[in-house]
Amino acid sequence: MSVRRAAGARAAHPSVLRIASVYPELLGTYGDGGNAAILATRAGWRGQPAEVVSVQAGDPLPRDCDVYLLGGGEDEPQALAAAGISNGQALGAAVDGGAVLFAVCAGLQIIGTSFPGTDGKVHAGAGLVDLVTTPGATRAVGDLVVDPRSELGLDVLYGYENHRGRTSLGVGLDPLGTVRRGIGNGAGQRLVGGTRGLTGGDVEGIWAARGAGLVVGTYLHGPALAQNPQLADRLLDEAAPGLAPMDSSDARAVAADRAAAALRAARAGQTSRG
Amino acid sequence: MLALQPALLSRLAANRDVVVVSGTNGKTTTTKLIAAALGDRGLVASNVGGANMTAGVATALAAKPRTAPAVLEVDELYLPRVAPLVAPKVVVLLNITRDQLDRSNETRRIAAVWRALGGELADATVVANVDDPLVVWAALGFSRRVWVAAGQRWALDATVCPACGGLLIRADGGWSCKSCDLCRPEPSVVATRFDQIDIDAVSLPVRLALPGLVNTGNAAIALAAVGVLGMEPAEALVPMSEVSDVQGRYREIVLGGRPARLLLAKNPAGWLEMLELLDETPARPLVIHFHARIADGRDPSWIWDVPLDRLAGRDVHICGERAEDVGVRLAYAGIAYELHGDPAAAAAACAGDGPIDVLATYTAFRELLTASGGLR
Repeated sequence: MSVRRAAGARAAHPSVLRIASVYPELLGTYGDGGNAAILATRAGWRGQPAEVVSVQAGDPLPRDCDVYLLGGGEDEPQALAAAGISNGQALGAAVDGGAVLFAVCAGLQIIGTSFPGTDGKVHAGAGLVDLVTTPGATRAVGDLVVDPRSELGLDVLYGYENHRGRTSLGVGLDPLGTVRRGIGNGAGQRLVGGTRGLTGGDVEGIWAARGAGLVVGTYLHGPALAQNPQLADRLLDEAAPGLAPMDSSDARAVAADRAAAALRAARAGQTSRG
Repeated sequence: MLALQPALLSRLAANRDVVVVSGTNGKTTTTKLIAAALGDRGLVASNVGGANMTAGVATALAAKPRTAPAVLEVDELYLPRVAPLVAPKVVVLLNITRDQLDRSNETRRIAAVWRALGGELADATVVANVDDPLVVWAALGFSRRVWVAAGQRWALDATVCPACGGLLIRADGGWSCKSCDLCRPEPSVVATRFDQIDIDAVSLPVRLALPGLVNTGNAAIALAAVGVLGMEPAEALVPMSEVSDVQGRYREIVLGGRPARLLLAKNPAGWLEMLELLDETPARPLVIHFHARIADGRDPSWIWDVPLDRLAGRDVHICGERAEDVGVRLAYAGIAYELHGDPAAAAAACAGDGPIDVLATYTAFRELLTASGGLR
């Protein structure tokens, strides 16, 4: 199955790329605001003006954004956010129309059909993709290192996870990749080497077309794009096909990429030990 | 120790006025301020060493005469176990914010156990910060309350009503729930400016040796607490004003040949307070010494919640085991910095030859303190 959307589904180069930060006061436990700032800043460095649209809880979701970001949150805010996102189906319509959704941690759980709350309660998700989350026996807390599916053409992804949910992907849905270190989706779904471009191992996240748009989800939580600028650029490419590469004469852009390279080198050393 | 002999703790606390202090940030400083105020009424059994787990509480009580008032700094999650044993006259609740994201990551759960504690402590008066909705909801579980406006710049951990799960609305320095009647109570003690505390609408000029509005807030809480024990605010303020070094916080050391002021910030709420304090010295170079060990919390994601863009224009040097994480954060904020192998090298590389500030996470701070001669 193709993970790429139909070509020409969306006009390239919107005049201003609109990045919706969805309910940051509910889904912002782990520095999630970083992803919006990183995407907007990198878009600017690539010649694409961008703005972050912060959608406050209780407000309706806009349908006209190019990127939607869902972050992590504690149990009650997560339930409140899921109810708000389900209401009106704006997010599904936007993705069907070509938008990119990047959902991390609680956000990953919310886009599925159901997820566990406190006291064994089961909450309905927004149902944007066919995945379901059930409670695990233990909390998955620690470094998470992911090998993206080879057909995505992305380098190894570094980050941190902190969740109790275990997430199963529906039939035919592809993960973001497989777990090198950590738990990831943790629902026992395993893909063997060679199948669908995977390197083998326990699956992590989701990377799925929906309508003309794209849904990417992961347990790499919080400011996942800080350690993985290539993934940030890829999300921008999907949202605005034909973007220019980074302006190598911009000192700030160069400094950011140098900083990210230093961080990735440090994380590679730190996560290969113990 | 507590598991073996809870009766020991009760016996040690009997016949004393006991004040317990808890919260995510400011408990060591507030404990020290209360202890300073009570100092001339006799001895104070206060575990200001920061050994604030249960064994530390018993050790602190055993160290001093039987009838001296006791001020005890107690870890948030241990408060429900310790407080019933020591029968406090005053329970000080400062704030509840995210801290060590990889551990106790449910702020509302802490508020709930504090609230339940109120029902067990019928004789206690709670001194509570009205600017933190989680603290207010917890304090409403107590029958006697003194409300203090101690400030809380960090608002991201109280976006949802702890009582009903509805959205909290913030406006004009106040807050209220959109769905139920929980709202900011009217405070009787107010820290509005760094140099003034109002008590029952009477203004008291304040000149603390400790810097920043955050410490005026801690002092307001401390004044309210000793007020419950019958102390006059003006009298209490004199020794409180002389407190200058709280377990090394704000201490002046020499680092890399430079005079350096040590600042501790353990979590985003604490960083926000320290950034505000740094605004007072905009020309000073800054060293950020950053670890993410177990005692710091292994997950440094929260640095993205800290408005580090406020460091614009400053000479910034970074070091520590997770310095690269800080570097990426600074780079996207457009702030130039230099990465160094250790704090002394970072300090030596700072521009000019005047004093510098050193902002450190918990374990990084302990490391600097030990290197500079340890606790005094």
